[in-house]
This record gives sequence, structure tokens and C-alpha cells, in this order.
Amino acid sequence: MTVAAAAVRRLMPAGGRIPTNPFRMVERNVLVFRRSWWALPSGMVEPVVYLAGIGFGVGSLVGPVAVGGRAVDYAAFVAPALMASSAMNGAVTDSTFNLFFKLHYARLYDSILATPLGIADITLGEVLWALLRGLLYAASFLVAMAALGLVGSPWGVLALPGALLIGLAFAAIGCAATTFMRSMQDFDIVQIVLLPIFLFSATFFPTSIYPTPLRVVAEVSPLTRGVDLLRSFTTGDVGPHVAIDVVALLAWGGLGLVVAARRLEKLLLK
Amino acid sequence: MIATAPLHVVEHNALSFRRAWRGTLTGVVNPFLFLGAMGWGLGTLVSRHTGDVSGVDYLTFLAPGLLAATAMQTGTQAGMWPILGNVRWTRRYDAMLATPIGVDAIVLGEVAWITLRLLFFSTIFFVAMVAFGTVISPWGLIAVPAAALTGAAFMAPTAALGATVRDATAFHLIYRLGITPLFLLAGTFFPISQLPSALEVVAWLTPLFHGVELARDMTLGRPQLGADLLHALVLGALLTGGLLAARVTFRRNLLQ
Repeated sequence: MTVAAAAVRRLMPAGGRIPTNPFRMVERNVLVFRRSWWALPSGMVEPVVYLAGIGFGVGSLVGPVAVGGRAVDYAAFVAPALMASSAMNGAVTDSTFNLFFKLHYARLYDSILATPLGIADITLGEVLWALLRGLLYAASFLVAMAALGLVGSPWGVLALPGALLIGLAFAAIGCAATTFMRSMQDFDIVQIVLLPIFLFSATFFPTSIYPTPLRVVAEVSPLTRGVDLLRSFTTGDVGPHVAIDVVALLAWGGLGLVVAARRLEKLLLK
Repeated sequence: MIATAPLHVVEHNALSFRRAWRGTLTGVVNPFLFLGAMGWGLGTLVSRHTGDVSGVDYLTFLAPGLLAATAMQTGTQAGMWPILGNVRWTRRYDAMLATPIGVDAIVLGEVAWITLRLLFFSTIFFVAMVAFGTVISPWGLIAVPAAALTGAAFMAPTAALGATVRDATAFHLIYRLGITPLFLLAGTFFPISQLPSALEVVAWLTPLFHGVELARDMTLGRPQLGADLLHALVLGALLTGGLLAARVTFRRNLLQ
């Protein structure tokens, strides 16, 4: 393995740290995805069900919530947050479960590294693929929201790139986390971490309800920033806080990518 | 079938569980997280706007619903991938069948083990419920076996299906198109009376609704003999039907 790895390194400029063609990775995933095409339509049913249950069902019990000084229907309050968390879930699923399987069981990346593709191509390619899927789901969610009258502002269109940004941040974090996992049991740690992130973001209620120490933690979480970003766009509550959200998500994503690339290199080129 | 054969299957699962117990920590931590976040956050919002739901504060209304719904999810998942894995991938059931254990014992043993797990984790959930002050009657203790019954009632028919499939495609579809809508719309988060009447009828027909209502009647201290017996019977019927179906499908897929 070390002989092959050394040969790969010699052939590649900068040892494969510069991506040359990540789109081959995406192409490969697209070709494989055609087999599980059913995931797309069924995945689009989910947001509608969540919107119905939480947005309107629980919403009938909750009444309007204040967003940026205005009162917003609970359904319109919760919907962008559900969109953000579904972007998160999609990105995390792809970057943890699928990545782990490919890495340790299918040994997919070993065979890919035997081609002129390098580590950076793989990392970037996988993240791009996760983003693409995220875009599809986010678009269907936004359409569902619009159909139910929950998009209160033309800014709402920007929720789409916003969801992509959330997907990027979590795909990168997920990839980084997966490189530390050693067995299928470690996936439960992912669930253990995701649930509090989900519950204690600003999804179901504004963070103003929290006591200060918990509120600080909640505000730093990438999901809270993502929820705030999408909610600002769909409710029209756009201001400087939107820039903060974008910067925070980029920072989380960047951190994840750096860690993931370094770890993958250690794992694959031993 | 030897009478003790299912117990051997249960024992096998218990021994395997010693390796896998870490994965179930979520089952211990989640109830506290959910009740904390929902009760506090959502509860505050609901009490500000609507006040009480069904005569009690929102968290007290929500908690037994979450108890039953969590049991449903655990039960359903236990009837999916583990069964598929044991039939097609690890072929554990083939190994069991090489011993004097028969197919019926495997089915019974698997369901019995799941019921034990459900009882354990439902108890933990119940403890969390008590800690958050949402159990307002000693009848509430019956909510624990009620939840376990709900979970088992979902596990048995799912396991019957799990023995027949070749990959997890059907599982994803069932989860997305069946379990998730049930979770959100069958009375856990809000009374089904909030649904449009046509949907309300559909919700009433679902097994989760009966599990939720049974658990809720108990923890709220409002037992109604007729209605609650009906709820339990519906769940029991689903469990029995599932067991019988599983016997058939396990036989067909394990014995050539």
C-alpha cells in the first residue's frame, strides 16, 4: 500500500492536495443515485407532512410569534426552520452514513485513488454531491412552503442558496466527524449530538426564551444560524444579522473541510 | 416447538446487546432532552396563546404522546434492519435453525426481546415524565406497558415484512410515508380534533393513535374502561396479526 501511495503522490502535483476534477466524483454519485430515484419523491413528501403537523397542527395551539419585531404565524415561523434542519439532516446523512460506508466497507476511495483523482478531488466531490442533493430537497421544500402561503417576502428566494450554505457547513462537519469513526456504533454519537442541536436551535421557539448561558450556546450552533438565515429571508426580516449568519456558516464549513481533508489523507494514504 | 426455545433467542439478543448497548444511550438521554425542550419552549408558547390543551398544560398533554410515539419508532426500526440483516446478510437465523430452535421460536423470541427493550426504555421515559411533573395520576404506571404494547404492535408486522425484502428500500418508504406522518399527525403533538374531519377519521384508525390515547388516558388519570380496552384490543390485534404474518413469511424465507 505504501508503494502504491508513494506512486500516487509522485504522479500528482502537490500530492493530491489540489483538486483537479472533483466533478468526476459527483458524476459517479449521480450514476449510482439513479437506482434509488424513489428517494426523491418520497423525500419531498416529508416536508409537507412536517409543515402540516408542526406548522398547522401545533401552530393552531401556539398562535403568532414575534420575528424581528413583527408577529408571524407559527407555521411561517417554523417552516423555514424545518427547511434548515432538513438541509442539515440531508447533509449529515450523506456525509456520515454514506461516507463511512464508502470508506470502510466499499473501499470505494481506494479504487478512486488508483486513478488520477486525489484526496482533494474526493473530499470536494463528496461535499458537492451532498450539496446537490440538498439543493433538490430545499427547492421542493420552498415550493411546498410557497404553495401553503408561508413565504412572506420576495427575499424568500434567497432561502435556496441559504439552504445550500447550511448543507455545506454540515456536510463538511459531517465528513470531518466521520473520519474519526471506527465502527457503526459510533453513528449513535451522531444522533446524540444532532438531537440537542435540533431541539435547542431556534426551530420551534425563539431563543429569547432561553436563559442566557444556554442562549449563548444555542446562538453559536450552526443550525441556529442557518434557521435565522432562512427565516430572515422567508419572513422578510433582512438586516445585518443575515451577514453574521453567512459568515458563521462559512466558518463552520471551512473548519470542517480542513479537518476532513487532513484526516482523510491520513486514513487513505498510509 | 420446545417451550424454552424462544427464551434462547431472547438470551442471544441480550448477550449481543451487551456489545451494542452504547447505541441505546440515545434512548436514555432523548426523553429528557425532548421533554425539556418541548415542555419549556413550546409549552411556554402554547400556554401564552391557548392555555391548557385537553385540560392540562401542553407538556403534560404532549409527554404521553411522545412516549407512545417513541415506542412506535423503536419497535418499527427493530423490525426492519435487524430482521433483514439476520435473514439475508449475517444469516443468524440460519444458524439458529441449525439447532433445535424452530422458526416459531425465532419469531416469538425476537418479539419478546423487543418487548423487553421497550419496557426498559419506556420506563426510563416514564421516569423523565415524572421528573418533569407530567404524570398526574398513579394510573400513569400503566402507560409503560401500553407503550411497550404499541411498539411491539408495530414491530411484529414490520418484522413480517422485513423477512421478505432484499434491501432496505421498502423500509425507507414505509418510514417516510407511514411512520413520519403517523408521528406528526396521529395525536401526539396536538389533539386530532384539530384535523379536518376526513383526516380525523383516518387518524382515529391508526394504531399509533390508540397507543397515544391509551398512554394519555393513564398519565392524565382519566381511564375509561370501554375506550381504553378498545385501544388495547386494537394494539393487541395488530400484534397478533403481525406475529401470525411473521410466522408465514419467516417460514417462507428461511426454510427451503
